[in-house]
Amino acid sequence: MTDLTQAQVRERIEQRLGSRHRKEKLFRGLGIASIAFGVFAVLLLFTDIISKGSGAFVQTAVQLEITYDPAVLGIEEVNEESLTWANFTGVVREALRARFPDVSSRSEKRELNTLVSTGAPFTLRDRLQANPELLGKTETLWFAADDDVDTFVKSLDDSAEGFRGRTSDQMASWVQSLKESGQLEKRFNTTFFTNGDSREPEQAGIRAALVGSLLTLLVTLALSFPIGVAAAIYLEEYAPKNRWTDLIEVNINNLAAVPSIVFGLLGLAIFINFFELPRSAPLVGGLVLTLMTLPTIIISSRAALKSVPPSIREAAMGMGASRMQVVLHHVLPLAMPGMLTGAIIGMAQALGETAPLLMIGMVAFIVDVPGGITDPATVLPVQIFLWADSPERAFVERTSAAIMVLLSFLIVMNASAVLLRKKLERRW
Amino acid sequence: MQTPTLFALLLLLVLIAYGTGFSRAAAAARGRGGMRKLAALPSYYGTHTALWCGLPALLLLAVWLVFDEPIIRALVMNGVADMPETIAGRDLLYAQIQNQAAGNLFGEATPQVAAAAERLTDLRNGAQLLQTLMVLILSVGLGAFAMLRFSPQLRAREKVEKVFRIILLGCASAAILTTVGILLSVLFESLRFFQSVPVTEFLFGLHWSPQMALRADQVGSSGAFGAVPLFTGTLMVSAIAMFVAVPVGLMSAIYLAEYAGKRVRAIAKPVLEILAGVPTVVYGFFAALTVAPFVREAAAAVGLQASSESALAAGLVMGVMIIPFVSSLSDDVINAVPQSLRDGALGLGSTQSETIRKVVIPAALPGIVGGVLLAVSRAIGETMIVVMAAGLAANLTANPLESVTTVTVQIVTLLVGDQEFDSPKTLAAFALGLMLFLSTLVLNFIALHVVKKYREQYD
Repeated sequence: MTDLTQAQVRERIEQRLGSRHRKEKLFRGLGIASIAFGVFAVLLLFTDIISKGSGAFVQTAVQLEITYDPAVLGIEEVNEESLTWANFTGVVREALRARFPDVSSRSEKRELNTLVSTGAPFTLRDRLQANPELLGKTETLWFAADDDVDTFVKSLDDSAEGFRGRTSDQMASWVQSLKESGQLEKRFNTTFFTNGDSREPEQAGIRAALVGSLLTLLVTLALSFPIGVAAAIYLEEYAPKNRWTDLIEVNINNLAAVPSIVFGLLGLAIFINFFELPRSAPLVGGLVLTLMTLPTIIISSRAALKSVPPSIREAAMGMGASRMQVVLHHVLPLAMPGMLTGAIIGMAQALGETAPLLMIGMVAFIVDVPGGITDPATVLPVQIFLWADSPERAFVERTSAAIMVLLSFLIVMNASAVLLRKKLERRW
Repeated sequence: MQTPTLFALLLLLVLIAYGTGFSRAAAAARGRGGMRKLAALPSYYGTHTALWCGLPALLLLAVWLVFDEPIIRALVMNGVADMPETIAGRDLLYAQIQNQAAGNLFGEATPQVAAAAERLTDLRNGAQLLQTLMVLILSVGLGAFAMLRFSPQLRAREKVEKVFRIILLGCASAAILTTVGILLSVLFESLRFFQSVPVTEFLFGLHWSPQMALRADQVGSSGAFGAVPLFTGTLMVSAIAMFVAVPVGLMSAIYLAEYAGKRVRAIAKPVLEILAGVPTVVYGFFAALTVAPFVREAAAAVGLQASSESALAAGLVMGVMIIPFVSSLSDDVINAVPQSLRDGALGLGSTQSETIRKVVIPAALPGIVGGVLLAVSRAIGETMIVVMAAGLAANLTANPLESVTTVTVQIVTLLVGDQEFDSPKTLAAFALGLMLFLSTLVLNFIALHVVKKYREQYD
């Protein structure tokens, strides 16, 4: 090196400069590409879900002229008993036949009957029960179409042919005829928000799962927030440096990284088999999720307590407050916004959790809206899992729609956590 | 009295106790001329009384609720003359007795069941009465005891704070209880499993088919519990996931920490974090319905056969899920590298990328390794994506286009639905859970240790 002139050194450096700058550009480009990949994944995920699921918020409905004919119903008056065995299916079939009079063969008739949802007779029963004077009269009503018809009608928007699936030519011509007479239209799908689960896609809804999620989250919040805050206070403000405290710290950090399904095994073995709590209940679900979210809440609460400056504590102590008074009257109120943010994030995590709840039997087929924390229930993510497994094409749409509902809840929760932090956070 | 009513009554008693303690102290203060003559504020006297009144009674109630059903069951079943041999038979008999007692009759009950049901009803009524009486006596008695001990010299605040402190310690110890609970629950069932299936067969067996025969002469009657195909499946899916997540996560962290301006950072970071907030069941749906068909078509386009549920699809999506995990952990450690190291390297004339590759990354390496280990443990424990997209067939294969199964998938399939807790099939899930818990525990332990060591180095 020593025998090189300054000019030679400069030359060598400049020779390599080009390739070094290229490498710099490449490296930088890789960084940009990685971020772009991540952003692309987010966009792909959301557009995929939204494009698949937006259809579920509308439902094809068919208008029929219904005659509550006592002869067809096989009843003479409306009362509790007669309603249970009245032939409402017959009434729906009569109405369909009246709309398409030229249908004659047996197989065609059978096919015609599948045009509207199998839930239609129950709608009629409820109507007649509410208005007994309708017996013998005629009225025009809208019914949800069967899921195959619904899928077919919705696919007509994308292509002239449409997705046929199990829809025959015959059915397609009926749909066309109904469409031309204005007796078939797409309406907002209220069923999706008011019904529980069903094997028929057009009758399936998320209300039971939503209520189940709500109850489970209430149990989780009621247990994990107080326990988590208390634990954080102890560890941050009281804990002496000893083995037990170290053990607690190690445990909390480890639990935060234990796979969620392991908490499900714990719930199954301890809460259900040992304590014999009811299976599928929000109570047990909430207990399991409490154990799962506790580390998150403890860790964020500790961070909130840590951010309160020591001068506050010293000032309170100087005024003669006891340690407990310092914490409860001064430190805790100041740390509360941070703790609430942590709690909301923990709850969002619990709301999206599926695996541990499968272990404790929350995968049951639940039609009724649960009334309390010991009733059998399911939660929204599990409902999504169940629908994703269903073979009917119309369930794909409903699964995506349920995902959209779940994601919007999560977005609202996380956004409120961010807002809360921005609004209430104090800089010392 | 029903338990919720009892609970409400107890709450009322506690309120009354607080009020009594408070007013007694306030009266004493007035009689002696001012608050300063008391050893504590009146509210502490109130809380002191309320704690005496409520806490022991509440503990008794909790213990009672845990143990009353098992004890009642043992008492009822003791009186049954001809006890069934098997556990399942006993469970069935007890269910019959319970149904009979609840009035849900299905046909004529045998005299034995009818008698036992009557005993059950009697015992339950008796237990409830006893519970109500004991809880109320304890509550009122101890509340009165606290009032009797009242004196203005009583250091109520110190006593109350001591109790609070113990409660706080109890809450903090919940984490240890949880770990112990997890260990106990998976350990006991695993030990029962290893009684019927040797440990060596489970750990080294190459064939997994947990179906147990209902009849002895059935085809394929003996279940096989060799977990190697599950371990390799788990490792393959995790490896694919890490193959996606580590480079992408690390490079985005580097870009965000070293290159990006404030505005890019403010937008890109939260967008990446969204990936961490999406529930895993959503990723599973995405993997099964969008990525898996795409993988199959792409494979067909280059002349390869891919099954409809492939390790590749599950691994790719899992990788995307883990990106923010890797990137935010690496971001933290890269930011913790002192600026002086960068300034030194830049001052010697290296380009920015050379500084990063030769100085910043080596300095941050322990932290990054720790973060990657945490990400691996998350990939191993991830459940919903693989349940929905990786398949159930326990193939021992190295081809990522074939369907594989993982430890978590098998836990779910073995435990969802009806279970019998004396069959190796159900118990196998707990043995798998034990493996999962231990392996993630070791990974977490190493990772947390490395990260902690690293933090201390620069703090």
